[in-house]
Amino acid sequence: MAELKKWHELPIAGLIVEPGTARKYRTGDWRVRRPVYDRSKCIDCMFCWFYCPDQAIIQEKGVMKGIDYFYCKGCGVCANVCPKSAIEMRPETEFVGKED
Amino acid sequence: MAAKNVMAITGAEAAAYAMKQIEPDVVAAYPITPQTPIVEYFAKYVADGEVRTEMIPVESEHSAMSAVVGAAAAGARAMTATSSQGLALMSEIVYIASSLRLPIVMGLVNRALSAPINIHCDHSDAMMVRDSGWIQLFCEDAQEVYDLTILAVRLAEHEDVRLPVLVNQDGFIISHGVEPVEVLPDDVVKKFVGELKPVYPLLDTDHPVTYGPLDLYDYYFEHKRQQIEAMKHAYRVFPQIAEEFYEISGRKYNFVEPYRLEDAEYVMVALGSTNGTIKDVVDEMRSEGKKVGLLKIWMFRPFPKPEIQRYLTARKAVVVLDRAASFGAEAPLYEAVKSALYEAAARPVMGSFVYGLGGRDLKPEHVRYAFERAIALDLVADKEEYLGLRD
Repeated sequence: MAELKKWHELPIAGLIVEPGTARKYRTGDWRVRRPVYDRSKCIDCMFCWFYCPDQAIIQEKGVMKGIDYFYCKGCGVCANVCPKSAIEMRPETEFVGKED
Repeated sequence: MAAKNVMAITGAEAAAYAMKQIEPDVVAAYPITPQTPIVEYFAKYVADGEVRTEMIPVESEHSAMSAVVGAAAAGARAMTATSSQGLALMSEIVYIASSLRLPIVMGLVNRALSAPINIHCDHSDAMMVRDSGWIQLFCEDAQEVYDLTILAVRLAEHEDVRLPVLVNQDGFIISHGVEPVEVLPDDVVKKFVGELKPVYPLLDTDHPVTYGPLDLYDYYFEHKRQQIEAMKHAYRVFPQIAEEFYEISGRKYNFVEPYRLEDAEYVMVALGSTNGTIKDVVDEMRSEGKKVGLLKIWMFRPFPKPEIQRYLTARKAVVVLDRAASFGAEAPLYEAVKSALYEAAARPVMGSFVYGLGGRDLKPEHVRYAFERAIALDLVADKEEYLGLRD
């Protein structure tokens, strides 16, 4: 979790005083189940990329490259829409102490 | 100083006249008895071209407060006024105005809350928003309405405060009673209130800001702590602004007004127009050699605890008059005064009297009765009593 500021270090009223700060927000903290991607099954159909509500699917020139766990909330939409079952939702507890 | 300009006007007109001289950018209001004449007078100033204020005749009080919140967030100086049910309807946004730290000034013409329906004065409306984070000032007469409305603008907008202010006046008693009010020249008021210095205005599109985003358990508490601090700043800043106001008007304001308190042994504490009645009774009883006095509360929030302690410690008895009940607990002003005296070196005997609900008249004999009970030390701190109630 990011370093939390003290009450006297914050702008008043809960205002967000610069644009684009959502980029800094680690919504990955919310995740209970983690999508795990199997490259060998993937056909780069990009369904997961289209459906992901958090733009957490990383792709380069139409090629699926993996999942951005900084933003992925673990909703499971990607695993659900994948026609090749290339994404599996696994309990986050299996990854405790491991790097993203 | 130029010749004094004294007008014979009601408290409502005094509020509207102050608003005219302040000339806010935006006024959004919905008429409700007994606040209606404030809206009428101000609408006439707008229609006659005496002010350049954008007046929004909204469809409800919820919308009135929403519109002034929007205007204030945009960077405008925004004002409104209401009473009773109107305040109840806007209460959701009342909390938002203070939490967003918007320096709105609102006239509250105190009227009893329904049910049963009643249009006359008590302080139940003000007490309903007691903990909403608004600064609350109470006026004794129309002069104070005029003065404190002007002063409130400076207090609300002070960079260390940035909180909305309620200026309370007793419904009908002040709002519809004609009194001589000494008004200042327009340019003096203009200079005193100055230009609003917007903080994070939405209309500054070069510096985009977000008002009212989701704020959960990781930061909400910190933002509430900031509001608590802002109230402490209001306490610190108020005397400075009152001093500046004294320089332009010759009229001195403070957290409280002590009246014949120097050697008083028996002291009454009250809010609003009732203080005028109490002053008369104090004068009468003083002429009979009785050591009575009054501590009038001008600022109810932030509650001026140090002044309460300074003026009431070691008195023989203190009687607190409340024009609102707190069902199932002690009356609001009594509770605050009693709590402030917990730390006093020598605590007075204390008594609580609730009076005037729904506009019931408080007569001088009621005040005298409460003083006589104090003089006899016939008070029980834990017992709420009632003045003017048939029982």
